[in-house]
Amino acid sequence: MKEINKIILEQIEDYNDFLETKMDTSAGNDTILFGRGGVIDSVDFVTLLLDIEQAVNDEYGTHIAISNSRAMSQKNSPFRTVGTLAEYIKNLLEE
Amino acid sequence: MIILITGTRKGIGKAIAEHFLAHGDTVIGCSRTLPDWAENFSNYEHFTLDVSDEEKVLKMFGKIRKNYGGLDALINNAGIASMNHSLLTPIETVKNIFSTNTIGTFLFCREAAKIMRKKKFGRIVNFVTFAVPFKLEGEASYAASKAAIVSLTETLAREYADFGITVNAVAPPAIQTDLIRGVPEEKMNRLLQRQAIHRFGTFEDVINAIEFFLRKESDFVTGQVLYLGGV
Repeated sequence: MKEINKIILEQIEDYNDFLETKMDTSAGNDTILFGRGGVIDSVDFVTLLLDIEQAVNDEYGTHIAISNSRAMSQKNSPFRTVGTLAEYIKNLLEE
Repeated sequence: MIILITGTRKGIGKAIAEHFLAHGDTVIGCSRTLPDWAENFSNYEHFTLDVSDEEKVLKMFGKIRKNYGGLDALINNAGIASMNHSLLTPIETVKNIFSTNTIGTFLFCREAAKIMRKKKFGRIVNFVTFAVPFKLEGEASYAASKAAIVSLTETLAREYADFGITVNAVAPPAIQTDLIRGVPEEKMNRLLQRQAIHRFGTFEDVINAIEFFLRKESDFVTGQVLYLGGV
């Protein structure tokens, strides 16, 4: 099965097709998803997360929901970078 | 249309389901126990679950996405009430009411919108109650759980607008269902007098309002609560 961070990066590349200002994924796991240094607004961020959620569920045959009370937080969001999101999803899958 | 309706075992939920089934729509329903009428229709699928059970609800939406490839409308009908003075109401009852009515509605809106956004089209209809504007004594927790749904409806309408999804609510008038079985006749008559039109509502009244919200042409109607009977 595909690694979680690979799924996330693929979804970003797909989503880039719809964005005027593309997300640069050259930093790999350190790619910023949202917040300072990021290029997408909150609606695009939510949409991208939902695409990732669906792709993970399809790949792993699971029914997880990527939700977190600090999702939109600038400082403490587990969704700040590709790496932190991948870690967060791994934990969800292990629950 | 592919329509998901909660609380389809009996009452209004059953009537709404049968209406859309008779019109050839595909209806997916759910309730805590299996309806005795579910096998009468080939275009109906039932999920037995509690609407506030996140794990089971997520699995159901996963199946809907895979098997149907989309969802056009969600009708959040499932609800429970408890007629009781607040001073005599156990906290467990309050938790149950909020769990089914408010949390269930939130959870279904969230998961339905995830599927609907793909086609940039969706219709969500929530259920509220005249007990909110009438401030009915004896229905404190029920009315509070539904007031929260009014607020959810108004806010989600804004959050989901970008995805082509409208979110509205219908407040059925007093209808002779199980929900008001224990209410004395005199109290019900007083209640009817407070409506502009002094009669009990019917399932058809509610279905008419829902059909309006579901229409393709109603894409500019969102964040609204429709109180039937002139509340």
